Amino acid sequence: MNLSFSEEDLKFQAEVRSFIKENYPSEIKEKMDNGTPVSKDDIVTWQKILSKKGWFAINWPEEHGGSGWSVTQKFIFQNELAEANTPNIVPFGVSMCAPVIYTFGTEEQKERFLPDIRDNNVWWCQGYSEPGSGSDLASLKTKAEKKGDKYIVNGTKTWTTMAQHADWIFCLVRTDSSGIKQQGISFLLIDMKSPGVEVKPIITIDGSHEVNMVYLDNVEVPAENLIGEEGAGWSIAKFLLAHERTGIGGIPHLKREIRRLRQITEELPLNEGFLKDDQLFMDKLNKVEIDLLSAEFTELRTLASISAGGHPGPESSILKIGGTDLQQSLSDLYVEALGYYAHPFMSEEDLKSNEKRIGPDFAANVMPHYLNYRKVSIYGGSNEVQRNVIAKAVLGL
Amino acid sequence: MDFLISDEQKQLQDLIHQFIQKDYPFDVREKLVKTEEGFSKDFWKTFSQFGLLAMPFSEEDGGFNGGPVDIMIILEAFGTGLIVEPYIPNIVLSGNLVSKLGSKDQKDAILPNLLNGDMQLAFAFSEPQSRFDLNDVTTAAEIDGDGYKLNGYKCVVMNGPAADKLIVSARTAGSQLDENGISLFIVDRETKGVSLRDYSNVDGSKASELTLEDVVLTKDALLGKQDKAFSTIEEVVNLATLAISAEAIGIMQKMNELTLEYTKTREQFGQALSQFQALQHRMVDTFMVHEQTKSLLLMAAAKMNDKSEDAVKSISALKYQVGNAAKLIGEEAIQLHGGMGVTEEMSIGHYFKRLTTIRTIFGNADYHLKKYSSL
Repeated sequence: MNLSFSEEDLKFQAEVRSFIKENYPSEIKEKMDNGTPVSKDDIVTWQKILSKKGWFAINWPEEHGGSGWSVTQKFIFQNELAEANTPNIVPFGVSMCAPVIYTFGTEEQKERFLPDIRDNNVWWCQGYSEPGSGSDLASLKTKAEKKGDKYIVNGTKTWTTMAQHADWIFCLVRTDSSGIKQQGISFLLIDMKSPGVEVKPIITIDGSHEVNMVYLDNVEVPAENLIGEEGAGWSIAKFLLAHERTGIGGIPHLKREIRRLRQITEELPLNEGFLKDDQLFMDKLNKVEIDLLSAEFTELRTLASISAGGHPGPESSILKIGGTDLQQSLSDLYVEALGYYAHPFMSEEDLKSNEKRIGPDFAANVMPHYLNYRKVSIYGGSNEVQRNVIAKAVLGL
Repeated sequence: MDFLISDEQKQLQDLIHQFIQKDYPFDVREKLVKTEEGFSKDFWKTFSQFGLLAMPFSEEDGGFNGGPVDIMIILEAFGTGLIVEPYIPNIVLSGNLVSKLGSKDQKDAILPNLLNGDMQLAFAFSEPQSRFDLNDVTTAAEIDGDGYKLNGYKCVVMNGPAADKLIVSARTAGSQLDENGISLFIVDRETKGVSLRDYSNVDGSKASELTLEDVVLTKDALLGKQDKAFSTIEEVVNLATLAISAEAIGIMQKMNELTLEYTKTREQFGQALSQFQALQHRMVDTFMVHEQTKSLLLMAAAKMNDKSEDAVKSISALKYQVGNAAKLIGEEAIQLHGGMGVTEEMSIGHYFKRLTTIRTIFGNADYHLKKYSSL
């Protein structure tokens, strides 16, 4: 057992750090640092910078443009991105759709879709949940009927993150209703420009527009957009959920956020001193930090087992539950740190304007984050479902 | 021992519940919150007609002599309907300050207008560094000829945008944290040197940042005795803490009800969510926490009513418990609603937002735990 970085790892870390320093556009960094919402263009610009360097599709097989990095290098890379406060990589294309395509797709499909994902020419979104199918994803009803060389798709998808920006959507659709519900589900790629696709915003309690309803009304989809066999959708979905669960913990970002909060306790005035004089608050901060350490080293153990040839399996549920608990606890601590100044509401327009903000500079995003982060224990398979997965698949209950 | 409220109090409670059911459904509230004023002046008048605005004041001041139990009843009922009209800033805080400390002239100028719903007040007591400590006052009032000159900054002043007059705490003597040396002033919003930056809070209420720059006041702007306002400020904020705790408990009750209802209708895996034992246990927990917190509310209201020695300590016990219960019940309600819980469209998220801001207002759980320990 050796948990420290090797010489080469440290050299790699320095290389990544200096690349980010030289190439992370200052106008995007400024927005990220002062909590101004970043635009689609900002995200694409940054992701293209990584693409160009060959550092975007890092987890892919090398033949399709992956990095060939060791688990430790990937870990270092993610940490450096988070440290520098770069925009989160939008996972839907690169980390979700692409692994399905290179694992289950035909050669034609790989050639057709993967380069555009790797190079950030196409924005993907995920069409899984439906109004009646949340945790019980397999009960989904969106229907795809085969007519000649096309599927005719009808149904409604919901909670579709950033569908308003998307060029393509990967969907779970029902191609057969005769058997048990897990059978008859297929994995279909749909061009968002197809006639019959309509996106409607869902505004969430933090006042933001991040998720959407996607209506599919007699949408014609070429049969060649089916990934895998008809009816293979459920096993593809399970494969993908395991991928999603490992990414969802967001631990590198949490490390930066907790350090930032510690810094804030030294700056935020309290009586004649600073918030750091409040021992009860500092105790809570330290407890979260300890929880974060245990989550981080659990993630590292998982990564190490993957690098030794294992697959992210049911144990990735631990990461999802642990990571999302932490995201929520930390966002709540930020709210507590601010006291009354957590209450003023600033719209996205307010945040983009040059007018002086109310309260400390970092305050504007604090309550919206707390409210928005309620979602993290709900999406990607709710934490209740994750517990069922552990109970069944790990404990054998 | 008697936990029952009087017939009159029951009528008051029913009156508010009927008002909510008939005139204040969620969509009406949502429209109000989005207006520039952020609440309805007409409903405020209705509350005046109901006698709610006069409740805590003495008969001499035109009121009904209501006590902490009456305030509790009003605010708990308000909580169930998520009423946004600024009762606590106007009546419980500012009105009470005027009633307890005001000269005859000050009362005459303010109380009749406040009670009939024509005047709006706000109490500016918090500063960026003061957090929840009412004795931490840096806003300065220096003697200026026959009157005073005020300089300083007050933050997140509840009901600031609507307020015709502000009651401002300022230091006339002593150092930053001294209880002695704090005075109160009645300041017209139009006074030279007063600037307000108005905004909405996440819970739909309105507030302001208040800057005072060489604000010249005559001596009759002083409310109560110079240097001696602290104990009354504390007394009034204690009552407001009881009031906002009652509101929170009304919200908790409603959130538990909404969640129970939702889990009975929402089906996943071929059965209602309410049939899953893992979720049943959690709803039992939130039910218990609400009941236990309500017990502390009744205890604190009764102790305040009796002016009991440990009334202040019981208020801290209550607000500590409210802070913890609000977090648990609020977060569980959203979680059990799933994705629907985080949408702007459903009422549950709006109850959650108000419950979340109440965790902070007049001191969060940590603050009151420390205060409880010190008493």
